[in-house]
Amino acid sequence: MILVWLLVVPFLGGLLAWPSGRVHPVLPRVISFAALLLELGLLLPLLHGTAPASLIAPGHWLATFNAPWIPAFGISFRLDLDGLSWLLIVLTVVIGLFSVVVSWREIDENVGFFHANLMWSLAGSIGVFLALDLFLFFFFWEVMLVPMYFVIAIWGHENRRRAAIKFFLFTQGSGLLMLLSILALAFLHDQQTGTLTFDYFKLLENQPTGTFGYLIMLGFFIAFLVKLPSFPVHTWLPETHTEAPTAGSVILASILLKTAAYGLLRFAVPLFVAASHQIAPIAMGLGVISIFYGAILAYGQNDLKKLVAYSSISHMGFVLVGIYTFNAIAWQGVVILMIAHGISTGALFITVGSIQKRLHTRDLGQMGGLWTDLPRLSSFGAFFILASMGLPGLGNFVGEFLILRGAYAVAPTAAIIAAIGLIPAALYSLIAIQRAFHGEASTTRSFPDFGLRETAMMLALGAAIIALGIYPQPVLNVAAPGLANLTPTNTTAALPVMRTGT
Amino acid sequence: MVDLSWQVPTALASVLFIIGLLGLLARRSLVFVLMSIEIMLNAVALLFVTAGMRWGSPDGQIMFIFVINLAGAEIALGLILLLRLRTRLTTLDSDAANLLRDVQV
Amino acid sequence: MNNLLWLVPTLPLLGALLLGLFGAVLPAWCTALIGTASVGIAAIIASSIGIHWYGNAPASHVFVQDLWSWIDLPHLSIGLSLYLDPVSLLMMLVITTVGFLIHLFSTEYMAGDEGYSRYFVYLNLFVAAMLLLVLASDLLVMFVGWEGVGVCSYLLVGFWFHKPANGYAARKSFVVTRIADIAMLVGILLLAVKLGTLSIQPMLARAVEVWPHGDVWPSLAAGLLLIGGLGKSAQVPFQTWLPDAMAGPTPVSALIHAATMVTAGVYLIVRTHVLFLLAPDVLMAISIGAAITLLLAALAALVQSDIKRVLAYSTISQIGYMFLAVGVGAWSAAMFHFLTHAVFKALLFLSAGAIAMRLHHEQNIFKMGGLRNKIPLAFWSFLIGSASLAALPVVSAGSFSKEMILGSVWFDPTIGPLLWGAGLLGALITATYISRVVFLVFFGPVRTEVSGRYGVRIAVPLIVLAAGSMLVGWLETPGFLGGNRMVTVLLRPAVGAVGIHPAMDILADASGYIAPLLGVAIAFTLYRSGYWQRAATAQPNALRRLMHSGFGFDAVYDVILVRPFMALVRGLRNDPVDLVITGISVLAIRLHRALRRSQVGQVRRYAGWVMVGSIATVAILVFA
Repeated sequence: MILVWLLVVPFLGGLLAWPSGRVHPVLPRVISFAALLLELGLLLPLLHGTAPASLIAPGHWLATFNAPWIPAFGISFRLDLDGLSWLLIVLTVVIGLFSVVVSWREIDENVGFFHANLMWSLAGSIGVFLALDLFLFFFFWEVMLVPMYFVIAIWGHENRRRAAIKFFLFTQGSGLLMLLSILALAFLHDQQTGTLTFDYFKLLENQPTGTFGYLIMLGFFIAFLVKLPSFPVHTWLPETHTEAPTAGSVILASILLKTAAYGLLRFAVPLFVAASHQIAPIAMGLGVISIFYGAILAYGQNDLKKLVAYSSISHMGFVLVGIYTFNAIAWQGVVILMIAHGISTGALFITVGSIQKRLHTRDLGQMGGLWTDLPRLSSFGAFFILASMGLPGLGNFVGEFLILRGAYAVAPTAAIIAAIGLIPAALYSLIAIQRAFHGEASTTRSFPDFGLRETAMMLALGAAIIALGIYPQPVLNVAAPGLANLTPTNTTAALPVMRTGT
Repeated sequence: MVDLSWQVPTALASVLFIIGLLGLLARRSLVFVLMSIEIMLNAVALLFVTAGMRWGSPDGQIMFIFVINLAGAEIALGLILLLRLRTRLTTLDSDAANLLRDVQV
Repeated sequence: MNNLLWLVPTLPLLGALLLGLFGAVLPAWCTALIGTASVGIAAIIASSIGIHWYGNAPASHVFVQDLWSWIDLPHLSIGLSLYLDPVSLLMMLVITTVGFLIHLFSTEYMAGDEGYSRYFVYLNLFVAAMLLLVLASDLLVMFVGWEGVGVCSYLLVGFWFHKPANGYAARKSFVVTRIADIAMLVGILLLAVKLGTLSIQPMLARAVEVWPHGDVWPSLAAGLLLIGGLGKSAQVPFQTWLPDAMAGPTPVSALIHAATMVTAGVYLIVRTHVLFLLAPDVLMAISIGAAITLLLAALAALVQSDIKRVLAYSTISQIGYMFLAVGVGAWSAAMFHFLTHAVFKALLFLSAGAIAMRLHHEQNIFKMGGLRNKIPLAFWSFLIGSASLAALPVVSAGSFSKEMILGSVWFDPTIGPLLWGAGLLGALITATYISRVVFLVFFGPVRTEVSGRYGVRIAVPLIVLAAGSMLVGWLETPGFLGGNRMVTVLLRPAVGAVGIHPAMDILADASGYIAPLLGVAIAFTLYRSGYWQRAATAQPNALRRLMHSGFGFDAVYDVILVRPFMALVRGLRNDPVDLVITGISVLAIRLHRALRRSQVGQVRRYAGWVMVGSIATVAILVFA
C-alpha cells in the first residue's frame, strides 16, 4: 500500500498546488516542496533494516502492491519496488526538490499550474519506476510526458513551441511503437497460454523467440533509444533542453532520460533475452557512436545549454554500451553513472540557468571571464564540468570505469573505443570552462554571485557527487540484488555470447 | 420476347440520374442545384421501386418512402440555407459561396 | 608512528577544502598559513615516519593502511589503502618537503594576486593528489591521484586565466596527458580482466604466475601503462605540453612540472617493475625512447631564450635520464636521480622565479645580464642548481645520480654502450645549455634594472634547496668517495639489488666526469666570443628554428590530429542527423502545399470529384 502512497503524494501535491497559486504564488512552491519531503520520508524507511545478503534471490523486493485494474483484459495495478527502482525514485524525488528550489525565482507566471505539471511529471516517473504491469507502465510513461510538454511549451524560452512539439512527437511516436509491442507481447502470450495478461512476471516466463520476438523487442528498443537518447534518434534532446526552463531541463536530463535506461534494464533485456543478445552488437555500436557524436557536437556548440545537452548524449552512450554487455559489473556501472549523471548534469543545468538569469544569454561568445565576476558560480560550474568529464574521485568516473571494466570482459574492442571517447569529453569540457569562465570579459559588468539558496543547492549536489565518487559501495549494495535478478543468466545458458561476472 | 418490365424503368432512372448530375455540375444557380439533387433522388427512388418489383420484395417500396422523406427534409434544409445565403451574398451563385477555400488558389 | 600515515595526504586535502569553502572571506595571512601549514605538518609527519622507518622498518619493509573499501563487487574489489614501502616513502618525503618549501616560497611570490586563496586551494589539492598517487596500493586508486594531479596541473597552468594563451597551454597540457592516460586506463582494464585484481602487489605476483617472460600480454599491459607514464612525464612523443605549461606561476612549475608530477611516470614503472621485467622489449623501447628524448630536449634547450622554457626542456631531458635508468632496470638509480632532480630543479625554478620577481617578470635571458652582483642570493642558488643540473663532479648532487645512471646503463648487455654514449652526449649538452643561461643572465652588462627585495619566505626555501642540491648526492656515492649506499640500501627491499655494479672502466668513469666540464668550457668559449648573443639577434636558420620549436612535434600534431578534429567539429556542428529528421517535416509541408491547391471552396467542383471518385470505385469493384 505504501507504493500507492508514493504515487498519490506527488499527484495530490500537484493537484493542491494548482489552485493554491491563485491565493499566493509562494503556496505552490511550499506545497510541492513539502509533498516531496513527505515522499522522501516515505521512501527512506523502505530500505531500513534490509540487509543486502537477505535481498538476493526471489525475496529481493522491498515492497509490492497488486490490485486488479481492468480484469477483463488482464490488466492489473501492479507496483513493485526493488533496490534499483528505490535508487532511481530517490534520485527522482531529490532532483524534484532541487527543481522546485531552482524555480523559486525563475518561474513567476502561472506558478500553480507550473508546479502541478512538475509534480505530475515526477509522479509519472515514479510510476514508471514502480509499475510492473506493462499496460500500467505504458500509462505512466505517457503520464510523465504530457505535463513535461506543458512545462516546455508554456514556460520555455524563445522557440519553446517548436521544441515542445518536437519533444512530444518523438516521445509519443516512439511510445506508440512500444504500445504496439506491449499489445503484441500480451496477445502472443494469450495465444500460447490462453490467458490475456500484462503482468511482467507472467510475460517473463514466456519469452517470444525468432523473428517475431525480435520485432516485438525492437518496439521497446526503439522507444527507449529515443528516450535515452541515442544516435540517431537524439535530435529532440538538444532542442528541448535548450528551450525548456531550468527546472524542465533538470528533470529531463536527470530523471526522464533515466527512465529509458531503466526500461532497457527492466523490460527490453529480461523480456527478450535472445533477441537482446542478437541486437547487442548494434546497440553497443550505437552507444559508441553516441559517445563520439555527442562529444564532437558538444565541442562545436556556441550555446552552453546545448553543449551540456550534447554531452548528455555522449554519457548516455556509455549507459547503452554498458547495458548491452549483460555484465553484472557493467550494470552496476550503469546504475552509478545514471545517478551521477543525474546529479552532475542537473547541477550543470542549474548553473547554466543561473548564468542565463544574470546575462540573459546562453551564448558562449558573450560569456568569458565569468570567474572574475562570479567566482562562486564559476567554481561550482567548473567543478561539475570536471565531474561530468569523468574526473576520478567523483561519481561519474566510478560509473564509467565499471562500465568499461564490464564491457572489456565481454567486448574489448567496444570498451577500448568507448574509453577513447573520454578524450573528446575532455576537449569539450575544457573548452566550456575556457569559454564560459576563463578568459577576459568582453564588457564590464557586475552581477550578484550565487546567493545562499543557490550555494546551498550546489554544495549539496557537490557533496553527493563526491560521496558517490569515493564511497559508492552503499549504492552498489542496494542495486546489486535487483540487478542480479535482471541479468539474463538463467534462461540463456545456451547462448555463446553470454558471460557474466568475468 | 424480351421482358422489358424492369429494364425500361432502370434505364429511365439512369437517364434521370445523369440529368440531375449534369445539372448539379453545370448550373451555378442554387435553385437549380437543389432541383438537380431532387431529380437524382427521384432516380434513386425509382430504382428502388423497380428493384422491389423485379424481386417481388416490399423493401423497395419501403426504401422509396425513406427517400421521399429524405428528399423532403433535404429540400427544407436546402431552401433555408439558400434563403440565408441570398440575404448574405445577395446572389444565388454557388461559386460565390467559397469562403471555405484555401487562402490562395 | 606509521599509523599517522593517513594524515599525510589528508592534511593538504583538508587545507584545500577549508580554503575552498572559506578562502573568499579569510585574510591573506590566514590563507597562507592554512595552505603552508597543512603541507608543513604533513611534511613533519612524513619525516617522522621516515626517521622511524630508518631504525624500525617493518620486517617486510611494507606498511599498509586500509582506509575503506572503495568498490567491492564480485570479481572486482578495490580498496582505498595506503601502501608505504621504501619507494613510496622516498616519494612522499620529497613531495611533502619540497612541496612545503614551494608553498612557503609561494606565500611571498604570489602576494597581492587576486586569486591568492584559489592558488593555495589548487596547490594543496595537488599535493594531496600527488600523495594519493604515490601511496595508493591499488592501481585504480593511483589513477585517481594520477588524474587528480593532471587536473590540478591544468588549473594551475591556466591560473592566470585572463590571457587566452594560458588557457590554451592549460588545455593542451591536460588533453595531451589525457590521451596518454586513456592508454593507461585501457592497460588497467586489461590487467583487471586478465589478472582479476588491481591491487598492485597481488596483481604483480599473479602476473609472474600466469604470464611467461616475454609473453604478449605483459608486453601489452606494460606498454599501455608506459604510454600513460610517457604522457605524464612529458617524454617523446608526448613532450610537447611541458614547455607550454610554463605559462603557470613559477612555483607551480617548480613543484608540478619539475619536482613531482612529471616524475610520476618513472614512479609508475618502478612501482610495477615486476610487470615490466616480464616485457623485455618494452624495457628496450623505454631506454631507446629515453635516449631520443634526452638528446632532443637537450638540443631544444640549447636555443631557447625564455629561461623557463630552458628549464622545461631540461626537465624533459632529465626525466629522460630517469627513463634511461628504468629501461635498463636500474630502479634505484632512477629513484636517486628523481630525488636529486626534484631538489635541484625545484631550486632552479624557484631561483628563476626569484629573478623574475626582481625584473618585472622578465623571462627572456637576453634581456637579463650582470645580475651576479645585483641579486647575489638568486645568483648563488641558481648557480648551485645549475652545477647540479650540469652534473659538475663532487660539488653537486646531480653528478652522483647521473653517474649512477650512466654506470648502470654501461653494463646493460644489449645496447648498453650505445645508450651510455647518448647519455654522455646529453650530459655534455646539458652542461652547455645551462652554463649558457648562467653566463647570459648573471655576467656581462646589466640590461634590465632590478627592483624590490627578498623577504625571508623567499630566502629560506632557496637556501635550504641549495644546501640540498649540494648535499643529497652524498647519500649514494661511488666507491672512491666513500661508497655510501644509503639509497640503494633503502630501496633494496622494494626493487631488489639491481643497479649496483663493480666500478666501470676507468676511462668510461672518467669521461662521465669530464663531459660536464667540457660542456661548461664550450659554453664559456662561445659566451666569450659573443656567439650566443649574436645568435639570438641573427635571423635563425632552418635547423635553429626546428630546434627552437622542439623539433616540430606541435606542427605535426596540428596537421594529423587538431585539424581533422576541428574539420569534423565544423562539419557536424549543426547536427546532420537533425537535418534528416527536419527533412521529414519539410516533406510534410511540401505535400501540404501541393494538396491545398485542391481546396477551392466551390461546391460544384467538390461534387465533380465525388462523382469521379464514385465512378472509379464502382469501376474497380466491377472490373477487379
